[in-house]
Amino acid sequence: MAEPLLAIRGISKSFGSVAANVDISFEVAAGEILGLIGPNGAGKSSLFNIIAGAIKPDRGEILFEGRRISGIGAVACARRGIGRTFQVVRSFDSMTVLENVMVGAFLHARRSAAAMREAAGVIAFCGLAGRRDVAAHRLSPPDKRRLEIARALATRPRLLLLDEMLTGLTPTEAREGMQLVRDLRAQGITIIMVEHVMEVLLPLIDRAIVLDLGRKLLEGRPAEIVRHPDVIRAYLGERYVA
Amino acid sequence: MAGVVRGTLAARRRREVLLGIAILAFLAVLPLGISNVYLRGLIVLALLYAGLSQAWNILGGYCGQISLGHALYFGIGAYTSTLLFTRLGISPLLGMFAGGLFSGLAAFLVGLPCFRLSGHYYAIATLVIGMMAALLAANWDFINAAEGITISFHGESWADLAFRTAILPFHYVMLAYAALIWLIAWLIEGSRWGFFWRAVKDDVAAARSLGISIYPSKLAAAAISGAATGIGGALYAQYVGFIDPESTLDLSLSVLIALPAVVGGIGTLWGPLLGAAVLIPVQQLSVAWLGSAAGGIDLMVYGALIMALALARPEGLVSFFQARARKEAAGHG
Amino acid sequence: MSATLIAQVAIGGLLMGLVYAVVAAGLTLIFGLMDVVNFAHGALLMVAMYATLLIHRATGLDPLVQLPLVALLLFGAGVVIYRGLIARTLSVRVNAGMVQIFVTFGLSIFLVGAAEFLFGSDFQSINASFLGGRSLAFGAIILPWPLVASGIVALLVFLGLFLLSRTEFGHALEATREDHEAVALIGIDRDRVFGIGWGIGTASVGIAGVMLANFYYIAPDVGTNFALIAYVTVALGGFGSIFGALIAGLIIGLVEALTALFIDPALKQIGIFLIYLAVLMIRPRGLFGHL
Ligand SMILES: Nc1ncnc2c1ncn2[C@@H]1O[C@H](COP(=O)(O)OP(=O)(O)O)[C@@H](O)[C@H]1O
Ligand SMILES: [Mg+2]
Repeated sequence: MAEPLLAIRGISKSFGSVAANVDISFEVAAGEILGLIGPNGAGKSSLFNIIAGAIKPDRGEILFEGRRISGIGAVACARRGIGRTFQVVRSFDSMTVLENVMVGAFLHARRSAAAMREAAGVIAFCGLAGRRDVAAHRLSPPDKRRLEIARALATRPRLLLLDEMLTGLTPTEAREGMQLVRDLRAQGITIIMVEHVMEVLLPLIDRAIVLDLGRKLLEGRPAEIVRHPDVIRAYLGERYVA
Repeated sequence: MAGVVRGTLAARRRREVLLGIAILAFLAVLPLGISNVYLRGLIVLALLYAGLSQAWNILGGYCGQISLGHALYFGIGAYTSTLLFTRLGISPLLGMFAGGLFSGLAAFLVGLPCFRLSGHYYAIATLVIGMMAALLAANWDFINAAEGITISFHGESWADLAFRTAILPFHYVMLAYAALIWLIAWLIEGSRWGFFWRAVKDDVAAARSLGISIYPSKLAAAAISGAATGIGGALYAQYVGFIDPESTLDLSLSVLIALPAVVGGIGTLWGPLLGAAVLIPVQQLSVAWLGSAAGGIDLMVYGALIMALALARPEGLVSFFQARARKEAAGHG
Repeated sequence: MSATLIAQVAIGGLLMGLVYAVVAAGLTLIFGLMDVVNFAHGALLMVAMYATLLIHRATGLDPLVQLPLVALLLFGAGVVIYRGLIARTLSVRVNAGMVQIFVTFGLSIFLVGAAEFLFGSDFQSINASFLGGRSLAFGAIILPWPLVASGIVALLVFLGLFLLSRTEFGHALEATREDHEAVALIGIDRDRVFGIGWGIGTASVGIAGVMLANFYYIAPDVGTNFALIAYVTVALGGFGSIFGALIAGLIIGLVEALTALFIDPALKQIGIFLIYLAVLMIRPRGLFGHL
């Protein structure tokens, strides 16, 4: 295997007495769509925040394109080419959709005309062309998710982290969202997706990592994952009860 | 595609410049139609505060850092230019930029520790530093302590920015100041920095995830805001001819600098001007009409007005106009 | 400089610090409960002092006897301010923080103006109070009784606040500050808790006002200085921490007194400010603030 785009090595993180991540290791190849699944509280968002630099891990290291990124912080991670969305959507509410995405585009663009051009392209790509001049806080929930993706995309990331972008969407909206993810991959962007509802993710991803109670339960292709007894117990079991 | 985009944002910015020029033209001829000296003075003061509050708005409105200590930058500007003029004979035309430089530097230095704080901690820290400076200034003999400094008058002169009998020159000086700070705010709004600052104000975590460094952004906003405030302080000193710690460094001044932007519309281009146009006359007129007859009523009117406006229009007075513009846009679409 | 003098000044500073702490406790209680900084806090102190003065002039009641009366009065004022102004700011969706700052600033300006209008801006004072003029001697250390009594009353206020936190209402207060929305589900009326919280916060200031009226001048802007010290106290102790307010108040009283003694009375506040800035550099959220 060629050098992985992202290598996670022995990452652990505790919040007080809660062990959110325990000794997690895996690799992500360039061009892959990786699913990160597990029940609520499994430590998915925590791991995401660590990869994106928003949280410092207690132990372990992360390499991105062969360079160590653990501990350099969210700003530096974004500059290195890691884009992300948030589980609880964060938009710049005093700005329009276009302005929101321009903020991302300004990572590379110096002049506002260039940022505007770049943002317009990304907005169209994400299917928001019709809402470009709408204030961000007026968007519908699915459009807000698209806005977050567009904003991250405008920074020209090579790795994109999507946290529960399909959660709470109607089946039609979710299908549209999945199409967008496929389009992103076609652009050559590597994607890690978090989702706690497993079904929606399986047709989309190349590989999945299952987390439970902060630990990596297993790793494999979607078909292997669904059959695994541990997953059925830890994951589907929980879902059927709920 | 991109052409359509230019259509919206760029057109809005162009409209703002055109509106700015129209208002500038109106304000330029306004005093010619007013013979009442008192009224002219009122307009001069409103223009000064429009500029000062726009300067505050750069940090407080665009970058979202509520400073309650901007009197410090005003005072540094006023004292720098006045000391250079009275002690070294350097013209305030230069002195005001020296004042701006020092106050920008001061804002940067104040920001170094204070931007490690957030929310109320930041607001209180700026308030405390402002009060501390006022106290020190009132005890600092080099700048005449609490006694203050009188700028002696050697005849009307543009070179010295000194006018005693005529108010008109100061009208144009303050107009130029307000226009300059407005222009800076307009440029910032359309620039990379402006976008970054607004992102910092709206959501720090999201801003970081897009590669924006929060601390340097705030420091830059503070330095520009402080410098712009300091220039206003220098002009005020020339206008009034006398400065002391109480009139240039007090907490009430910090509040008065922030208020027009808050009342008019924080983080907007027209909020500070609109707020100053409403607030300064009310404040001054209530002093003039009520203050002498029955001390205190002026403050009551002023305080009640602040409460009423803040509660009735949390988005500021500009929202009256924005609501109409939005309705019109909806009508066209 | 004799050791007695230093001890006397230090004890006096600590006693004054207790008064600062009570003023700050009211501020920090309201802040902790609902995240609002009351910039009219100093004006309310002034209101309490004038109330004490007026009642004294009208009825001859000694300030000490007036304590419960003025505290109740200020409690009512706090509830009214919450209902009339603050509750409205909570429903504001944009710029809510800003609106709260400037509404309370506006209120402060209004109250100071009202005092100036009604009583003029001259300094006034209560001359013939029970405590006035008496002093307490420990050997060579002599302390004025009004100050000693203020310190004792301040400690009683903190004891009261501590006992309050153990009552059912105290628990409701705690639950409300933890989660404003969720308390509705367990049958707590948020508006009622906030209103009473404001009442208690302003009543604390009222008590401080009565005690100060015993020995301090009374004027429309007398609150400004105390409010400033209260903000520093709250920021130093940590926003929302009553215990932090007590400790910070003591530190500030002591530092102020010693700065005045060793450096210059005119610069006594500089000492406070420097301590505050130093602590903030090391602990940005104050001594006992939640991280
Ligand atoms: N910033 C944080 N502070 C405190 N605890 C946290 C934080 N982030 C996550 N946790 C805790 O870590 C555990 C894992 O949370 P999270 O990563 O959000 O799970 P998931 O995203 O898989 O639902 C939970 O118990 C959560 O309470
Ligand atoms: Mg999560």
